[in-house]
Amino acid sequence: MNLPYRVTLEKRLDAPRIVVWLVPVVSILVALAFGAIVLAVAGADPLEAYGQILTGAFGSLTAWLDGEFYAVSETVVRTVPLILTGLAVAVAFRMRFWNIGAEGQLVFGGVFAAWVALFLPGVIPGIPQTLWVYLPLMAVVAVAGGAIWALIPAFLKAYLDVDEIITTIMLNFVAILTYQYLFTGPWKDPEGQGFPGSALFPEFTWLPRLTGRVTLGLVLALAAAVVVWLIFDHTKLGYEIALMGENPEAARYAGVNRAGIIIVVMVLSGGLAGLAGFTETAGISHRLQQGLAIGNGFTGIIVAWVAKLRPGWIVVVAFLLSALFVGGDQLQISMGLPASIGAFFQGMILLFILGGDVFTRYRVKVARRPAAVAVEG
Amino acid sequence: MTDTAPIAVALRGITKTFPGVLANDDVDLEVRRGEIHALLGENGAGKSTLMSVLTGLYQPDRGQILIGDETGSLRPVTIVSPRDAIGLGIGMVHQHFKLVPTQTVAENIILGMDGVPFVLDMGSVEADVAALSERFRMPVPVSAFIWQISVGEQQRVEILKALYRGAEILILDEPTAVLTPQEAAEVAATLRALAGEGKAIIFISHKLDEVMTVADRVTVLRKGRNVATVDVGATDKHRLAELMVGREVATTIDKDDGAIGPVVLRIDGVVARNDRGIVALKDLTLEVRAGEILGIAGVAGNGQRELTEVATGLRRVEQGTVTVDGEDLTNRPPVRFIDAGVSHVPSDRLGRGLAGNLPLADNMAMKAYRRPPIAAGPMLRRDRMRAFAGDLIERFNVDTPGPDTPARNLSGGNQQKAILAREITAGTWARERGRRPVLIAAYPTRGLDVGAIEDVRRHLIEQRSGGTAVLLISEELDELMMMSDRIAVLHGGEVMGVVAPAETTIEELGLMMAGEMRR
Ligand SMILES: Nc1ncnc2c1ncn2[C@@H]1O[C@H](COP(=O)(O)OP(=O)(O)OP(=O)(O)O)[C@@H](O)[C@H]1O
Ligand SMILES: [Mg+2]
Repeated sequence: MNLPYRVTLEKRLDAPRIVVWLVPVVSILVALAFGAIVLAVAGADPLEAYGQILTGAFGSLTAWLDGEFYAVSETVVRTVPLILTGLAVAVAFRMRFWNIGAEGQLVFGGVFAAWVALFLPGVIPGIPQTLWVYLPLMAVVAVAGGAIWALIPAFLKAYLDVDEIITTIMLNFVAILTYQYLFTGPWKDPEGQGFPGSALFPEFTWLPRLTGRVTLGLVLALAAAVVVWLIFDHTKLGYEIALMGENPEAARYAGVNRAGIIIVVMVLSGGLAGLAGFTETAGISHRLQQGLAIGNGFTGIIVAWVAKLRPGWIVVVAFLLSALFVGGDQLQISMGLPASIGAFFQGMILLFILGGDVFTRYRVKVARRPAAVAVEG
Repeated sequence: MTDTAPIAVALRGITKTFPGVLANDDVDLEVRRGEIHALLGENGAGKSTLMSVLTGLYQPDRGQILIGDETGSLRPVTIVSPRDAIGLGIGMVHQHFKLVPTQTVAENIILGMDGVPFVLDMGSVEADVAALSERFRMPVPVSAFIWQISVGEQQRVEILKALYRGAEILILDEPTAVLTPQEAAEVAATLRALAGEGKAIIFISHKLDEVMTVADRVTVLRKGRNVATVDVGATDKHRLAELMVGREVATTIDKDDGAIGPVVLRIDGVVARNDRGIVALKDLTLEVRAGEILGIAGVAGNGQRELTEVATGLRRVEQGTVTVDGEDLTNRPPVRFIDAGVSHVPSDRLGRGLAGNLPLADNMAMKAYRRPPIAAGPMLRRDRMRAFAGDLIERFNVDTPGPDTPARNLSGGNQQKAILAREITAGTWARERGRRPVLIAAYPTRGLDVGAIEDVRRHLIEQRSGGTAVLLISEELDELMMMSDRIAVLHGGEVMGVVAPAETTIEELGLMMAGEMRR
């Protein structure tokens, strides 16, 4: 290292707007360029592959002219749970509470919602069997399911100071195994001819569709984003969450109740993940079956982090990542590439965006080495 | 030192801007070998910034840095990192120490050095450090962990760290602000010894007495610009204060006799442990009355921190009671103390008093966000929060571009003013609710310039005269003698006595602080 020039990073005091915008865009382009190399090595024409991802995710012009929006509607379908898990993660992360358990909380929400749909009409037949009664009820119970599951690590952290990363990760496994046990065991559809899954929910528990397979769940997710934005920026709770996240000692000094806020935040976080369990069971599968635990809770972490924990951006990032998933599926079908290609691109993009962040926070300087140092070295 | 000693370092025309702030405006500074050069200026005058430019933490927008050799011939250098700086023999001890608490003294000293072999011979490092500490008469326990040693010892470790790296130009940013007077005197002796060896020393201080006794020359900055460079022999304290502030500064303060009311804060037979589980308050009993300032004298580490925490609900009490205005608040959560009208200026600004990354507005609202007009039910009115902060910034003369600036970007003294503004304001609300407010102020003037100290003292007296019960913790006996109605002396977690300033002397206080006398 005896070059006369040296590259150093200087902390930016205030990143200019253009940099804040340009860095992620360039990061994505670099990720795509890298992806192209990998695709080429895998024997696919990168340009064609990217074209396929685009049409797979958004549809083609000819399809649009025919009034055919199937592709983009599928992308929206996948966006809904990602918005909700992204928000769930963001709420906790804002307080530097590392909730890695959105997956389990989502599954628990789904299980609770399924119980209402499958058994409540039998238990309390008096409840009017209409959408207007059952959907809100299921939603509330699903939120409660996610929240209850999140309360376990919350209590452990608040009162016994048990590390939340470990507990939330472990509880994912417990939740997923419980749910698999239910739909393959006690809740299994007796008329299912061996097919693993619960009975079909009654129709008055199905989320109404807006278009294609897109349901009211989309409206719910967008509304949740608005609510979380309001909480973050315009409530006392949001203020306390930020204070706890930035300096827990200052928060204590300011009179914030540590145990109380950990519990509230995890109820919110788990509740949002539970809501995703509701939109996926009541909106898409209409039964409890394999396919509820497909990693939305984990992808939510990527969504939240890339969006810098900001609700508006979470919606955008969830949509883009979902497009990669849906478009990636298309690659698998039409070009015979492995199904994991979507996840591969997500990983690449995350890596480059997080890496690229260095350029937002630091300015790269090329400086001449001071003579003394050069002589010495 | 003579005027003919060769120049060690020269800064020429340094300009540095931050968004919305001109921190250094065409500043010149010249320091000679063997000289102790004090840098003086109000809070926010740009002293720390100028030194950060010299040590490569910031790049100047304009200006030049020149380094001189033994003959005094200068050559321009570019310093883009602290590593470059140390390569050129420039070492710095920062306003906030940068030591790793869980490592030993010797480990901290070699931490991050170039050319450290993979397999370390700690024995020889410790021997080197011991030799160095011997040579400059700076005793440090070389194999102790940082968390085990006092602040004064940590300060010495920071200095040794710079010397071990071969610093010929040593910069100290407010090295004595957190030290006891005895420790400060030791630092002064060390600096003299270093200068005697031909090292150039730049030190920043707000304590004019100290500057007058330690320094050879003084450069004064005001609002980012050079005001003057003078020989200490040719000036005096008042003249320096005037140069800094641009007006005359009162060094004494008017205090009426006041009307002392009933006991508001009562700490009765309290036993509490410190963070390491050792009993730090032993059966401590104190009373603070409405309309009085009770000063707490004592060598740092004799229970002051624990006392403030017990009085604000931040630390559990094992025995005894804490009562505020007749309400028993023993072991109640901090929010109950806040509601009862207890305000607190903590000793640890960035660790407890502020959330550095959050905007100043959020920081100033830490006691205000629960109440209207900032709170509206569960909602938070951001516009009103900004307006509230803006108002406090104005009324308490906090120097900042505005309420949206992150708190960590304020100069040290202005952070302190912001905290004080917040806490005093919280006290006035308590009074509106018909409560007698309590103000716990730990080292409130630490790191402030003379003008700001005068302001703070005036504010404290004003609170007292308005009926607040003030508990004032300070290392400076002069301050305690001037401000307090009564002084309680702490030693080893016990009260050695409570005396009126008029009926005691500094010497007597000293004996009590040393635990050699009770009254
Ligand atoms: N990183 C930063 N970003 C923005 N503004 C800054 C930053 N650092 C310092 N400033 C501003 O520059 C000015 C000079 O600050 P500096 O810390 O140099 O003052 P100082 O003379 O050391 O004051 P003090 O005696 O209070 O420590 C202040 O107005 C401060 O708010
Ligand atoms: Mg400073």
